[in-house]
Amino acid sequence: MTVQELPGAATYRPTPPPAWKPITDPAPLLPDPEPYRVLGTDAIADADPELLLRLHAELVRGRRYNTQATALTKQGRLAVYPSSTGQEACEIAAALVLEERDWLFPSYRDTLAAVARGLDPVEALTLLRGDRHTGYDPREHRIAPLCTPLATQLPHAVGLAHAARLKGDDVVALAMVGDGGTSEGDFHEALNFAAVWKAPVVFLVQNNGFAISVPLAKQTAAPSLAHKAVGYGMPGRLVDGNDAPAVHQVLSEAVARARRGGGPTLIEAVTYRMEAHTNADDATRYRVDSEVEAWRAHDPVQLLERELTGRGLLDDEGIAQAKEAAERMAAALRDRMNADPELAPMDLFTHVYAEQTSQLREQAAALRAELDAEQDHEHSAEEGR
Amino acid sequence: MTTAATKAGARTAKAKPATMAQALGRALRDSMAEDPTVHVLGEDVGTLGGVFRITDGLAEEFGDDRCTDTPLAEAGILGAAVGMAMYGLRPVVEMQFDAFAYPAFEQLMSHVAKMRNRTGGAMPLPITVRVPYGGGIGGVEHHSDSSEAYYMATPGLHVVTPATVEDAYGLLRASIASDDPVVFLEPKRLYWSKADWSPEAPAEVGPIGKAVVRRTGRSATLITYGPSLPVCMEAAEAAVAEGWDLEVVDLRSLVPFDDETVAASVRRTGRAVVVHESPGFGGPGGEIAARITERCFHHLEAPVLRVAGFDIPYPPPMLERHHLPGVDRVLDAVARLQWEADS
Repeated sequence: MTVQELPGAATYRPTPPPAWKPITDPAPLLPDPEPYRVLGTDAIADADPELLLRLHAELVRGRRYNTQATALTKQGRLAVYPSSTGQEACEIAAALVLEERDWLFPSYRDTLAAVARGLDPVEALTLLRGDRHTGYDPREHRIAPLCTPLATQLPHAVGLAHAARLKGDDVVALAMVGDGGTSEGDFHEALNFAAVWKAPVVFLVQNNGFAISVPLAKQTAAPSLAHKAVGYGMPGRLVDGNDAPAVHQVLSEAVARARRGGGPTLIEAVTYRMEAHTNADDATRYRVDSEVEAWRAHDPVQLLERELTGRGLLDDEGIAQAKEAAERMAAALRDRMNADPELAPMDLFTHVYAEQTSQLREQAAALRAELDAEQDHEHSAEEGR
Repeated sequence: MTTAATKAGARTAKAKPATMAQALGRALRDSMAEDPTVHVLGEDVGTLGGVFRITDGLAEEFGDDRCTDTPLAEAGILGAAVGMAMYGLRPVVEMQFDAFAYPAFEQLMSHVAKMRNRTGGAMPLPITVRVPYGGGIGGVEHHSDSSEAYYMATPGLHVVTPATVEDAYGLLRASIASDDPVVFLEPKRLYWSKADWSPEAPAEVGPIGKAVVRRTGRSATLITYGPSLPVCMEAAEAAVAEGWDLEVVDLRSLVPFDDETVAASVRRTGRAVVVHESPGFGGPGGEIAARITERCFHHLEAPVLRVAGFDIPYPPPMLERHHLPGVDRVLDAVARLQWEADS
């Protein structure tokens, strides 16, 4: 089985709008002080069982994707991988909540959201492997390139959503950013533009506790990141980022309101990065084991699994099936990533401009000559043997 | 733009005096009328018509959705334009003043310039960034920078600057029509320069990237662009009295750079002076001089000289006349071109 054969999240369509809680429209600007939760509350009784099972299967697969990608860094197959282990509920909910025509604007840690939306896992990893910056056509998948500079993709999401609205398309843009990114100027400018333009954008902040090593307390003095919405005139919502149905519900409401012309929403999902920033980082220098252990007890996969088995929606066989599907995905990913990508050096000059400048033509000719000389050298070395 | 020019050329129209500002405005208007995906956005571009009135009347004619007054945030304006272009629009962004464009540098460098490349050609960004630049209008601090070297040093951007009324129209039309991002530098001290020009039959400008010889001569070549073109033309006229017959090349586009026209001219004359307002150190003149040396070394009778602004932050308006390269400084450089070696 190849990786592509696995059904991506793009094939799943939730029945809009979510039925289990009335949407407040317009929503209040101030977030509730406590993160919104579904798991372990009465609200879970109203949740769509099909959605819950789907979330579970995707969480299991997502977790496996994270561990597989991390393993690939150790084998030297990936230059770097910023794991989203611990944050899978946010990643999966973001992917599942969007319709096919909607756009996702991921940050560098959101590979998993892109894959859950239906992107080929290998195409999603080209940036991190180092063979191509963006291994897919953003327009085909409606996924913007994974963005490495912080928060700079947020104004893009606003502009795209605004343009779609001007064209009369009911497209929503979902932009993902981390807690550190909320300090960047582009975050503030994007929120302000979105609110003034009433652009159909949903901003999802995954507050995972640290911007590399800097804890949230050194990042902001605000009561919560969701509070930042108030000043821009958009609703802010705080949600338990490890509670997949809760993230899905809050995102659904925001997406539905945006689609109806209700404008943007800022959502802060409170979660935790279980791994280091990337495989190149040493997290023991800035956080203590007890904190990590406390969050391990609040693991998004385990939380949902416990709830679903407790309610009789999921049994051991169901869990085993989900794990098996995840293993197949991981095996296929491993196999395909074990092949060296074929690189064409002359491509360096191909996509700088629509038409190469005379300067680039000269440089391309020089590289061509170098490559030819290399090849001649190899040939004569072989003949000399 | 060639289609528009050809279509309009069929009609007979009387040329009347027009300013560069009017020609730029007309180029925006014609582009918007022809292509519904062209959107103008920036601070004050709507009701006010821009602080230089370049966008005058566009909001009235095309509506707020096509000519949009944005919140005051350059990174946000350009960042939003990126998203708009991703969805198939052709945004034209106004940066109001040169030094106000700096907050948008990250968007320009990291996204606008690189999106085509990052996506393997799948997502070109046809964005035009209009930047009024340069001094000579008595602007206070942060209103007179010449930032072209930064833009030139960023692969993926075209850098275009008109020096005449005809080029202001033609090059802006071509920039908006380009599938690549263009930093369109408008020499603000030439905004009110006039020429007999007919908007109904604009002169053919051709594609971006072609320099033009504004004055032919045999003794030396002045290579320049934008605000320094009139200075060089005046210097060339004054040089006749000294017995120098100067050729003047107007680059019009810094990226792509027209090596062919420049090298051909310098090979004919054997001497070259590059003239621009921006600081000389690390400026466009160094790059141009190097390119000339590489291509024309055996034709050169003298080292390639540069006449540039001083390597200082842009000075206060009451001192700017000492900073800006004028006719005398250009003639001084011409005088230093080792003429005695000739005789």
